[in-house]
Amino acid sequence: MSIELPIYMDNASTTRTDPRVVEAMLPFFTETYGNSASRNHSFGWAGEGAVTLAREQAASLIGSGPKEIIWTSGATESNNLAIKGAARMMAKGPAGSSSRGHIITAIHEHKAVLDPCKRLEREGFDVTYLEPGSDGIITCAMVESAMREDTILVTIMWANNELGTINEVPEMGALCHDRGVLMHTDATQWVGKMPTDVERDNIDLMSFSGHKFYGPNGVGALFIRRRRPRVRIEAMIEGGGHERGMRSGTLNVPGIVGFGKACELCAEEMSGEAERLLGFRNRLETELSSQLDVVTINGHPTRRLPHLTNISFGFVEGESLMMGVSDIACSSGSACTSASLEPSYVLKALGIGDDFAHSSLRLSMGRWTTSEEVDYAIASIVKSVNHLRAMSPLYDLHNEGIDINAIDWQSH
Amino acid sequence: MAYSKKVVEHYENPQNVGSFGTSSEVKDRDDIGVGIVGAPECGDVMQLQIRVGDDGVIEDARFKCFGCGSAIASSSLATEWIKGRTVDDAMNIKNTEIVEELSLPPVKIHCSVLAEDSIRSAIADYKKKNGHEEADSHSH
Repeated sequence: MSIELPIYMDNASTTRTDPRVVEAMLPFFTETYGNSASRNHSFGWAGEGAVTLAREQAASLIGSGPKEIIWTSGATESNNLAIKGAARMMAKGPAGSSSRGHIITAIHEHKAVLDPCKRLEREGFDVTYLEPGSDGIITCAMVESAMREDTILVTIMWANNELGTINEVPEMGALCHDRGVLMHTDATQWVGKMPTDVERDNIDLMSFSGHKFYGPNGVGALFIRRRRPRVRIEAMIEGGGHERGMRSGTLNVPGIVGFGKACELCAEEMSGEAERLLGFRNRLETELSSQLDVVTINGHPTRRLPHLTNISFGFVEGESLMMGVSDIACSSGSACTSASLEPSYVLKALGIGDDFAHSSLRLSMGRWTTSEEVDYAIASIVKSVNHLRAMSPLYDLHNEGIDINAIDWQSH
Repeated sequence: MAYSKKVVEHYENPQNVGSFGTSSEVKDRDDIGVGIVGAPECGDVMQLQIRVGDDGVIEDARFKCFGCGSAIASSSLATEWIKGRTVDDAMNIKNTEIVEELSLPPVKIHCSVLAEDSIRSAIADYKKKNGHEEADSHSH
């Protein structure tokens, strides 16, 4: 089997929309294009029926009831709505006062969680940012020891987007339900890849997004628990009372249909897919670690998503490595292109030195990744790392036995 | 962000990669000047070694670079430009000329600054070894 270049290994950023999903969406652009809120003609009824089916497909994937799914524009909006909406509803004091409630999150969450938390700090809430150990995992014990009398919300992602590390979310859910605290999880990297049951796992609020699991861009969902406890949130977008008043705006019917179809396909295919991709991930990690020296797999060795790996190649700068493997689409923890020159805050949260954070690649595989592509990626990365190490002054120092951290560098 | 054709050329076929010896080997050679600038935590380290003849002309140069493609291209270009020039003349190379030659975008200007610094730092080291006044090496 021949390989088509470039190879896509950036599925944690976004995925190819499954052609079966596109096929399901198409009629809703040109044939049954009614507004699902139009209650008095057949176009509207068709749209409403399609949205109802999609809600059932999404609910079935995560073990919720269909009425517990709220459509949004994506996980960023879902996170904003969950965190700000829940905190403002549960506030222990009016706007303008202080000590309005305590929220627990972690320093290496996605910015779509961290920025809303910072906003709430300015609005009088207290936020604790938990720090992971070197394995990147936030444990239930860490959350428990940060709990206070006035804790109202815990928001911890299910799996980390850069590392693939899996946090102890079900355990945290049980803890929160014991203490009468709301549990929100950003499950953007988790849903559709790993079995999810919000009932069993005691989740109150969960954000997820269609384009991460072979659905279209621009459609997300927020699970909001309706029973034991009934979770109430304050809406952010107002104007018509759609989605039971929690998110107004005409529904994106074709997108929602695609989201639902993508959920249905994941429910059928995820277990086989996870097993196949885990084999690829293990091959990538084993081969790269054996063919090259000074290679580090970032994050916990086993508690990680099966399709994602984050690897540092010592003494090689990540952006130049990406340039070398330009026929492999992937991402790097190096932020050489950003104005700040700061490497990934997620890798730094693990206590990884800045030099190693600059040296990392994130490879995330997906539904169409082939065995041949994995072999090609291994060969290409090994070749580029060797090319760059041949001109790396740091690799020379390492081989001379000099600790580069002991050198007094002239920083700019 | 797409790289310019010249940056890609230098990345794929860098000129004058290498060294005239390890740092300890060249430490006492007064015909060789060594400049190491940048820092690993900033994602850029450049090492430039120059070999200078009795007439003050830079006969040969070698670089090593830990950094992005633009940093590698800037240091590769710097070695090409200083060879054959006197140390005093090489001091006149400006980072803006490197930016222009490689069509570097604004976010990559620091790579050219680092290349200019590495030239100044290597020449300063050479002059220091030969009892000349130290030039402005640690300007940043």
